[in-house]
Amino acid sequence: MTTSRSRRYARRAAIGTTAVLLATGATAAVFWNTAAARELGASAAATLPVRDLPEVRGEERAVLTAAPEVPPAITRDYATKVVVELEAIEKTMRLADGVEYRFWTFGGSVPGSFIRVREGDQVEFRLKNHHTSTMPHNIDLHAVTGPGGGAHASLTIPGGESVFRFAALNPGLYVYHCATSPVPMHIANGMYGLVLVEPREGLPKVDREYYVMQSEFYTKGAFGDSGLQALDMERAVDERPTYVVFNGAVGALTGEKALQAKAGETVRLYVGNAGPNLVSSFHVIGEVFDHVYGEGGSQVTQRNVATTLIPAGGAAIVEYRAEQPGDLVLVDHAIFRAFNKGALGMMHVEGAGNPKVFAQLKGMFTTGGE
Amino acid sequence: MYRPLAILLLALPLAAQAQPAAGARHGRAVAAAGRARIPGGSYLPLYDRGAGRVTVRPFALDRVPVTRGDFLAFVTANPEWRRDHVKPVLADRGYLADWPGALDAGRGDDLRRPVVQVSWFAARAYCAWRGGRLPTTDEWELAAAAGRTARDASRDPAEQRRRLELYGRPRPDPLPPVGGTPPNAYGVRDLHGVVWEWTRDFHSVLVAGDSRATGARDVALTCAAGAVGATDPRNYPAFLRYALRGGLDARATLGSLGFRCAAS
Repeated sequence: MTTSRSRRYARRAAIGTTAVLLATGATAAVFWNTAAARELGASAAATLPVRDLPEVRGEERAVLTAAPEVPPAITRDYATKVVVELEAIEKTMRLADGVEYRFWTFGGSVPGSFIRVREGDQVEFRLKNHHTSTMPHNIDLHAVTGPGGGAHASLTIPGGESVFRFAALNPGLYVYHCATSPVPMHIANGMYGLVLVEPREGLPKVDREYYVMQSEFYTKGAFGDSGLQALDMERAVDERPTYVVFNGAVGALTGEKALQAKAGETVRLYVGNAGPNLVSSFHVIGEVFDHVYGEGGSQVTQRNVATTLIPAGGAAIVEYRAEQPGDLVLVDHAIFRAFNKGALGMMHVEGAGNPKVFAQLKGMFTTGGE
Repeated sequence: MYRPLAILLLALPLAAQAQPAAGARHGRAVAAAGRARIPGGSYLPLYDRGAGRVTVRPFALDRVPVTRGDFLAFVTANPEWRRDHVKPVLADRGYLADWPGALDAGRGDDLRRPVVQVSWFAARAYCAWRGGRLPTTDEWELAAAAGRTARDASRDPAEQRRRLELYGRPRPDPLPPVGGTPPNAYGVRDLHGVVWEWTRDFHSVLVAGDSRATGARDVALTCAAGAVGATDPRNYPAFLRYALRGGLDARATLGSLGFRCAAS
């Protein structure tokens, strides 16, 4: 759908670009690729020079992962063209034991696939909408500088595909979501995920990285009512969720699905909050965040934080060293949500601890060891 | 986008245009249920075009969507609309691709299922052949605002809930035969929750004839800005319909998109 429009822009922009080049000459140096610059500029009159856009070398396909996995850290030290292929899929999945929900997804999971690119990369985004879908879908990536975060360029009917391109200008951790009308319904049904734009210098190396995303579900039935549950718009409008969960279902991060770490390892959690309504008071019981990249920005904004606030449609990166063996508990510390609505996950830490860090000296339960 | 292309095509005489009204003779082809008289009236569109309530003149609307059997008669009588003959500018590759063969729409109940995977061009040609036309979006929305007994149930919370549930259900495969839902106050069935339906002006709902309107329309169909200018921000079923129509181009064929015909 977008191709003829972008071609039109490209033609018009090409004329403008020539004029700019003639007039300023040196402007050309900031563009890594003239053709791309033309389309990015997409202006009838001239192409806006953008500082610091690196030269792009080669092309690769983005590795996408379903939560809680995170794609491997980017090791290259140059910008490239990254092709991201994502498909909108409507499917029935488990929301809680005995409870199913008709989810709308990016990539067949809730939250949607984790996307990892590097600052300066040129991202070619290909969005498909599965032919069995009943709704059109699109994507608004908060990492995108451009109209609607890509929403307008990516509106895709069932069975269709759209392609747009953006430059990863700003490093950070960003939410993406479907932005097709009625937007709240598309988000309430599960269409969101995270995109990480790694800073050029990369992120400090850690031993473990995980992807955790909080969101709410608004169902006709009460918490735990079995069967296929439909969206309850009144509850959604009134902001009274039935479920508040991590990674799309009650128990997505407990039992055998608990996150894993070894004592002494450094852990980085990429935490998103899709909302659609609530702000998360994200906390890991039994740990203190050594570093928090507040609101998902590109630098450590705070050290030694117990509970960090994650806005709806926002994210945070938290890091800690898992010093003690045992089970850490991830919660939204608006604690009824954890206790009664599902906002609870676990990280199982194996290995030897250090009694100087923690030891029970007297009490009902013994901690073993000394 | 294909829209400029679609508009261009509309301005040209269509070589593949079927003979009008020829299909009216195909007794079996015409949906047995016939058309319901809609007395006309006024309704408030989801996106106010500046005039508030819109008046709709009396018209007739098919009681059920066009079936595979109906459409088979059409392509048999008008071979240029067979899937192996249709011009690519008039329908994309999905056109009737769910049929077993170019002149085989299945057996038994299959012939009573709503026809889907038809382009707007094909739907338009079919209605002309039947001696009718596609309903306008205003006509469709007026007829679809009716509940079981009330002619305007668009502000009835229970009715909105029911529609939203119907829209949110997975599409059954195969689709059920037409006429399976209760008639609305006009005696029309299957307007909600069976298939989406083409309208004559499916993508001009918000275009007011000035170039800015196109931009406003794009914004309205995406992003939270969709609520700006909406006459009823709680009418989620309507948002879904408008978003779907807004995403279409006239060549598109969807497994969940069929149509019915109207007459003035």
